[in-house]
Amino acid sequence: MNVIETTKLFKTYSQGDIQVNALNDVSINFEQGEFTAIVGPSGSGKTTFLNAIGGLDTPDSGKVIINNTDITQLKSNQLIDFRLRNIGFVFQAYNLIPVLTAKENVEFIMLMQGETAKSRKSRTEELLNAVGLKEQINRKPGQLSGGQQQRVAVARALASKPQFVLADEPTANLDSTSTSNLLDIMFRLNQEEKMTFIFSTHDQRVIDRAKRIITLEDGKVISDVIQ
Amino acid sequence: MKTVFKIAWRNVWRNKLRSLTVILSMILGLWSGLFTVSMMLGLNDQRMDSAIDSYLSHIQIHHPSFTENYDLEHTISDYDSLSFFLKEEKSVKSFSSRTIISAMASTAHGSAGVRLIGIDPEVEKEITTVHKSMVKGTYFNSIKSKPAIIGKKLAVKLKLDLKKKIYLTFVDTDGNQQRIKLKIEGVFKTASSLFDRTNIYMKQQDLQKILHNSSAVHEIGIICKNLDVVDNTVDSINSKFKKNKAESWSKIAPELGYAQEIMGSVIYIFMGIILIALSFGIINTMLMAVLERKKELGMLMSVGLNKRKVFYMIVFETIFISLVAAPIGILLSYLLISYFGIHGIDLSVVGEGLEEFGIGTRIYTKLSLNNYWNISILTLIVTFLSSLIPARRALKLNPAEAVRAL
Ligand SMILES: Nc1ncnc2c1ncn2[C@@H]1O[C@H](COP(=O)(O)OP(=O)(O)O)[C@@H](O)[C@H]1O
Ligand SMILES: [Mg+2]
Repeated sequence: MNVIETTKLFKTYSQGDIQVNALNDVSINFEQGEFTAIVGPSGSGKTTFLNAIGGLDTPDSGKVIINNTDITQLKSNQLIDFRLRNIGFVFQAYNLIPVLTAKENVEFIMLMQGETAKSRKSRTEELLNAVGLKEQINRKPGQLSGGQQQRVAVARALASKPQFVLADEPTANLDSTSTSNLLDIMFRLNQEEKMTFIFSTHDQRVIDRAKRIITLEDGKVISDVIQ
Repeated sequence: MKTVFKIAWRNVWRNKLRSLTVILSMILGLWSGLFTVSMMLGLNDQRMDSAIDSYLSHIQIHHPSFTENYDLEHTISDYDSLSFFLKEEKSVKSFSSRTIISAMASTAHGSAGVRLIGIDPEVEKEITTVHKSMVKGTYFNSIKSKPAIIGKKLAVKLKLDLKKKIYLTFVDTDGNQQRIKLKIEGVFKTASSLFDRTNIYMKQQDLQKILHNSSAVHEIGIICKNLDVVDNTVDSINSKFKKNKAESWSKIAPELGYAQEIMGSVIYIFMGIILIALSFGIINTMLMAVLERKKELGMLMSVGLNKRKVFYMIVFETIFISLVAAPIGILLSYLLISYFGIHGIDLSVVGEGLEEFGIGTRIYTKLSLNNYWNISILTLIVTFLSSLIPARRALKLNPAEAVRAL
């Protein structure tokens, strides 16, 4: 069953006089439980693609269908709500609210979803446990290492029980130990909770761990392999 | 919404130095503003009180034309029934009748136009405070024959001293020039040096004898139980004694009454200006905070914080800053104003100028609870309005753009 269907996505940016095709006729489907890397050189359109399927940005044309909804047709407030209920995000940096502790950051999403205090508490602990941060739940982001912050971000992304998690270069700022640590956790959550992960990267070690690799170049899909 | 509250509150303390700068400037602004206002109010009150105490009284009754040119013949009509009425009237605390002529005072050292006021010394004590303002000599109890007490400025001008004689000339009802000889028994100094330069008190009986009219009364000064009943009392006197004219202190000295009225709005205009100046600081700080947190706000919108909540988050953060600053600023003002309300601020350095103005050299600061309350509300309103600009700026952030910049 497809979680995401995209058809004929186009997005053009103009940089001065030059037209840049950030997405040039992209049609990709994703199934439940995928662990997929979007790869390609810098400027190939990875972020633009993830933003399109995450509802952060609308393509110039084409459809993005999630749950039978074409999210390109939603209004901005509907989109915010859609993202809250269906999509987990992990960004390269600035994932967390600096004034909230790890626990509060994870709870925050569920609070906005209107979960009860009891279920919030148990899920937060469960998730922070799962990412190996049992001891650090009361620390604020400033007191955590970069790798630990990204793990909190993964826990936060899963907190809302999304359909899938989008991660745009989640390991770009991490050293190799933290990188493999984070990937281990994502991989385990993918295996155990059947959570769909779609992440962009140009780190070969990360690419090696992916089950499916989609390569973009100049906004076009040039290869799509399952390993 | 509780979490939005919590985040906003913690955000206030994120950049401590910056928030404290805004908080401190608000505290200082409110503090100095309220203190200045309380001085203006105190000054005005004192000016009013001292004018009422030293010469104005609450109500004055005259012949309708008397104050135009101090004509001797314009005496009060129906004095007996009027004085009976005033004795019975509950809102009247006490009253005193005066016989007044304008005259030319002269000594070997010069001359000056003066008002000669004949009073009953004991009764007058109830109405004005001249007896308490003696700086030299006594108040009508040592010299038997035609004693007078004069203002200090006049004494200095005419080089008069105790027991010296003063000659006064005036034109009587027949058009003849008359000369009076008085002996100085005391010198007074009220808060108004203008008053001290132009007035001489003598016994009413003495003056009435000179005028050959034992019942000539030109003025009645009245002190009421309190300021609030003054206007009603004026109306009831005027409706019963139509041949005379009663006027309240604010009519007799319109500049004082007017000052009292506009002072009420001046406070708010003054504080409004200070608050607007402060609001620029608030807006600037909060705009900086929003732009600095562009990425973070973009992230929040990406993961699902809706625009309404983003908006409130900024509004709350701004209001929290003023909720910290305003109570401190207002409490400090309250302490300072209460202290100087009791002990007064010594302004003797600039005192000479102030006396001309009709106030003593000490200012007693004053601000009503109502004023404190209204200023607090005004502060909150101004803060709220200032928060709208940065909050709207936050709404314009586009999550995709903000996230891309990561
Ligand atoms: N806001 C924008 N304005 C102009 N050009 C943009 C903008 N965003 C992206 N681009 C361009 O679109 C192309 C794709 O960018 P992006 O999706 O960020 O690539 P990647 O994430 O693979 O590095 C690049 O050439 C980039 O310069
Ligand atoms: Mg990118």
